[in-house]
Amino acid sequence: MANKVADSISREEFFYGHKACAGCGGSLAVRAALKVLGQNAVSVLPAGCMSAVGFNFPQLCFSNNSIISTFAGTASMLTGVEAGLRARGYKDFTAVGFAGDGGTADIGIQALSGAIDRNDNIIYICYDNEAYMNTGIQKSGLTPFGARTTTTPAGANIHGNIRPKKNMFEIAAAHDIPYAATASVGYIADFIAKVQKAAQIKGTKYIHVIAPCPTGWGVAPDETVDIAREVVDCGLWYLAEYENGGFTLDHKPKEFTDVAAYLKKQGRFRHLSDEDIQVIIESRDRKWEHINKTFSYKNSL
Amino acid sequence: MRPYLREKKDFSFAEVPENTSFEAGYLVSANSGWRSVRPVIDSGKCVGCEQCYLYCPDGVISIKDGKAVIDYDFCKGCGICAKICKPGAIGMEAERK
Ligand SMILES: Cc1ncc(C[n+]2csc(CCOP(=O)(O)OP(=O)(O)O)c2C)c(N)n1
Ligand code: SF4
Ligand code: SF4
Ligand code: SF4
Ligand SMILES: [Mg+2]
Repeated sequence: MANKVADSISREEFFYGHKACAGCGGSLAVRAALKVLGQNAVSVLPAGCMSAVGFNFPQLCFSNNSIISTFAGTASMLTGVEAGLRARGYKDFTAVGFAGDGGTADIGIQALSGAIDRNDNIIYICYDNEAYMNTGIQKSGLTPFGARTTTTPAGANIHGNIRPKKNMFEIAAAHDIPYAATASVGYIADFIAKVQKAAQIKGTKYIHVIAPCPTGWGVAPDETVDIAREVVDCGLWYLAEYENGGFTLDHKPKEFTDVAAYLKKQGRFRHLSDEDIQVIIESRDRKWEHINKTFSYKNSL
Repeated sequence: MRPYLREKKDFSFAEVPENTSFEAGYLVSANSGWRSVRPVIDSGKCVGCEQCYLYCPDGVISIKDGKAVIDYDFCKGCGICAKICKPGAIGMEAERK
């Protein structure tokens, strides 16, 4: 039984033996992307779970060239890697970054913005587990409204995070970047196709992939893929692309699944009241109104 | 090829690289001890669709002769493969019975 997606990527493993928690969504994103880009990918990882679990000397889990950057410097190090290899005459390589949500939307946003502005020929992948996980679950700019983290506890008066999630995809697109996309590890074929597409485009590419963290989200390790699908199916995340100045929606759920069911399955949202859930549903509906008005639609799932 | 478990050498201080580079894909410790349950493939039911291979976060599944096989040195027993397998060819069994 042939699987077209499996046949389109390398059979080799480039992120192997790593020490991520069982069922880690971030490690699935890194593994899949490297199987697209292959041995000549040079990966840059800032502080965060994927560098912490990948480089425990002498256990070195990347079998392609990989390096840890400063927390804020993923994109600037990518710029340097690309320029340096080009200057030395190398042609067949891809400079790819894997940064967390905190490393992208908060601390690394300036370096990323600079790289997009220079249109450096790099792929920047943000694996979004919606908090600073490696240091024990603190709120980041990509933590969604209502989520309980150690810095946004759920109490009687304040029910977890009071701020909405930044829209990093549209922030990247607003630079008029050659290619930006959103994805989810729950729809791995779509994510793989987007990395394949990004690898063919010259200039800066930004891919934002939802990558659930069972440890920080309070779900069982075997639920990572299901929950990564459900967040798309209930409309709290969406699969889209930005290219040639326009947005395209890649998948439109016929009917959204139950938002409350999605939330209540996760420890981080269990405290939410019906009113809180109503706020979340209303912000989802506003988002989709905007998407339906301004994005073109082409089903690619 | 997949990275594999190497013999664990004791490094003397002098052997630790001075710069930040070291041989890529060098593995000295297994992850098998993390498991409380292990996935077991019923090759009679496996249709070789490769969904488990695509979704395993640890990349420990490969397809040999049309059937899924697992590298138990590095499988963590997360159970994602068992949930993804439509024909129900993967069962989770306790490590210590
Ligand atoms: C400049 C700096 N500040 C803080 C830290 C501590 N630190 C290391 S990893 C991390 C969390 C990273 O969060 P995120 O980028 O979302 O990645 P994740 O761990 O969730 O994968 C923090 C705060 C650091 N290494 N460097
Ligand atoms: S804490 Fe979360 S993101 Fe970090 S390794 Fe564990 S599952 Fe992955
Ligand atoms: S998902 Fe199931 S049927 Fe498909 S290859 Fe894996 S074990 Fe076999
Ligand atoms: S239990 Fe998890 S780590 Fe082990 S083979 Fe299945 S998906 Fe991979
Ligand atoms: Mg994070």
